[in-house]
Amino acid sequence: MSIDILMPALSPTMEEGTLAKWLVKEGDTVSSGDVLAEIETDKATMELESINDGKVAKILVPEGTEGVKVNAVIARLVEEGESSDAAAAKPAPKAPKAEAKAEAPAGTEAKPTAKAEPALKDPEIPAGTEMVEMTVREALRDAMAEEMRRDDKVFLMGEEVGQYQGAYKVSQELLQEFGEKRVIDTPITEHGFTGLGVGAAMAGLKPIVEFMTFNFAMQAIDHIINSAAKTRYMSGGMISVPIVFRGPNGFASRVAAQHSQCYASWYGHVPGLKVVAPYSAADAKGLLKSAIRDPNPVVFLEQELLYGRKFEVPKLDDYTVPIGKAKVVREGKDVTLISFSYTMLAVLDAAEKLAAEGIDAEVIDLRTIRPLDAETLVASVKKTNRAVVVEQGWTAYGVTSEVSSVLMEQAFDWLDAPVLRLGGADVPMPYAASLEKVAIVQPEDVVKAAKTVCYKA
Amino acid sequence: MQLSREQLLKAYRQMKTIREFEDRLHEEIPKGLIPGFTHLYSGQEAIAVGVCENLNDSDAITSTHRGHGHCIAKGCDVKGMMAEIYGRATGLCGGKGGSMHIADLSKGMLGANGIVGGGPPLAMGAAIAFRNRGKGEVAVALAGDGSCNSGPVFEAMNMAVMLNLPVIFVFENNGYSEQTAPAYAVGAGKTDLVRRAEGFGMPASKHDGTDFFSVYEATREAVERARTGGGPSAFEFNCLRFFGHFEGDPQKYRIKGEVEMARDTMDCLKNFRHRVTEAKLLEGKDLDQVDAEVKQLIEEAVAEAIAAPFPPDTDVTKNVYINY
Repeated sequence: MSIDILMPALSPTMEEGTLAKWLVKEGDTVSSGDVLAEIETDKATMELESINDGKVAKILVPEGTEGVKVNAVIARLVEEGESSDAAAAKPAPKAPKAEAKAEAPAGTEAKPTAKAEPALKDPEIPAGTEMVEMTVREALRDAMAEEMRRDDKVFLMGEEVGQYQGAYKVSQELLQEFGEKRVIDTPITEHGFTGLGVGAAMAGLKPIVEFMTFNFAMQAIDHIINSAAKTRYMSGGMISVPIVFRGPNGFASRVAAQHSQCYASWYGHVPGLKVVAPYSAADAKGLLKSAIRDPNPVVFLEQELLYGRKFEVPKLDDYTVPIGKAKVVREGKDVTLISFSYTMLAVLDAAEKLAAEGIDAEVIDLRTIRPLDAETLVASVKKTNRAVVVEQGWTAYGVTSEVSSVLMEQAFDWLDAPVLRLGGADVPMPYAASLEKVAIVQPEDVVKAAKTVCYKA
Repeated sequence: MQLSREQLLKAYRQMKTIREFEDRLHEEIPKGLIPGFTHLYSGQEAIAVGVCENLNDSDAITSTHRGHGHCIAKGCDVKGMMAEIYGRATGLCGGKGGSMHIADLSKGMLGANGIVGGGPPLAMGAAIAFRNRGKGEVAVALAGDGSCNSGPVFEAMNMAVMLNLPVIFVFENNGYSEQTAPAYAVGAGKTDLVRRAEGFGMPASKHDGTDFFSVYEATREAVERARTGGGPSAFEFNCLRFFGHFEGDPQKYRIKGEVEMARDTMDCLKNFRHRVTEAKLLEGKDLDQVDAEVKQLIEEAVAEAIAAPFPPDTDVTKNVYINY
């Protein structure tokens, strides 16, 4: 029985690296703990140790190879005495598997990240604007850097944002450019440092508070709501709190219930907060810049599984996207598919599948959760007469429920079918791949719901 | 440090104003025009005033649910406060905050706070802004013994030391965390709250919170240290509140005769009067005149608050956002 040696991840955010050097050759006998190879990224070099005893049957990736995907099979061991042919006979798994793990949930087809998503028609971008390919991660970083250059009151704080360059590498190079007074590493004390951020905003600064994930912001929700959201009202308009709370939110792959949850409807419920949840890199950049400039507290919900995706971003000196405006990302006439953030992937995929079956779906990315752009949603439903609303979180008391109500109240006479809601299964997120797959919305679910409202199921 | 005649008179006036304000509320509340929870500060005046007499308008304080004394000591308009407590349009917050949320940014009063332990992290934030500005301003977190067991207060103390912030933690130990004694609720050190602050790595000391001069001197040094980059400090000031946790608290947890004893021997106003007249720094008639003026001010504040209009219905949706 052969054992696959996989390309290791040196950090949770690593996607690929260089196989710098092999320290063993085919036919060598190795014991658990022996160093097999040296792996390099732009940040670090690490030795890869064997966790098994055996013989090196086959080296599949030669040393010096760059861009080796995490979890790609780089070599194969056989047990002592076993023929090396046993290893050679086994077909090598496809390398993109590793990418799927980093970027997409189990069961969802991961689109190759090397190619940017096609730019969608956007009235906010002047004709002839040059577009550059960029990951969501880079777009967020650039947005913060640009705003920090523009306004010295803006500062970033959170766990690992400085020396470590961000737990998900969103704040890369910011400490180097802006120094430790404006890029502040905090202890792991969300409640305390969130209050600190709110106090700094009251006293005239413009803080960006990064949560390593929004799951940990539950520790701090008292200050987000009781201090940030309510202070302007409680003080009769005297004290404002210009602050951005940002970090990854929602579904994350194989981390189970406490690290994989969407908070869009939690914060969307609260007057005094604005809530933004972009999907594309262009929106991530433009909306984060707007959020930092906004004089109100803004909860900015990012998505870990979108960080590494590439999109086209307009090359403009100061590209902002207004908060409170949804975007029609695909025009259609038969049914309106409404979503935001991570589930835009499933919705866009479903729209393609529906087109193949002769159903022309219009797709709307909410982009902002609060204030909700009812106007754009209602206008679309008046055209298509049908809607399916999709979110990554639970639908009960969810964003999809709110959107459904708005459509019922404002577009009732135009609806030809009840609005359908799709979201995560009504359970804490399970760990096992098989369970996780059925707990999140799949493109096929969206297709089925769209056919149902079109009475073609 | 010897205070001038003007400084002594101002300190007395501030303490007397708090006492008169709170005692009057105690009389007015049963009349039914003041809704909700009101937490009175009588008996603790020397702490707010002793601390705030070391501060300027550009320095910041955060407060608690028992915040009236802090507001007055930091210079908030007394009539605006009274109108706010009556829920009137002329209140400092337009009637939207009430007793537990009085604020005045122009006086560096970042707000009373209905969440126990809510204030200290906010004071840290103001201190970050002050540190960046570099003009020597300080932030003071006024907190009670009840908050000293809460996580965010520990988190704030840790960060204050870690970031060397110009901030001072003031723990007013008034004998009861709501209705529970710190001797029960504080696990380590029992009633010695300051040793915890010391554990975080900042100078901390304990003083008589009914002695204005003791509070003033202790905080003067700490404020000076914070202004010049010396980092945070902490204090525990002991006192006994004269009224219940809230107005209407039956106070069955009190020892019989406790309040009478406190009013007799732990009254900061009596102590102050005795001390300054014995030392011939002020005469009794100087203080009597202040008493009369303060009484008149509070009389007017109540009358004007009752006469003031309620906020119009159309105000209900205002001030949620700057833009939406």
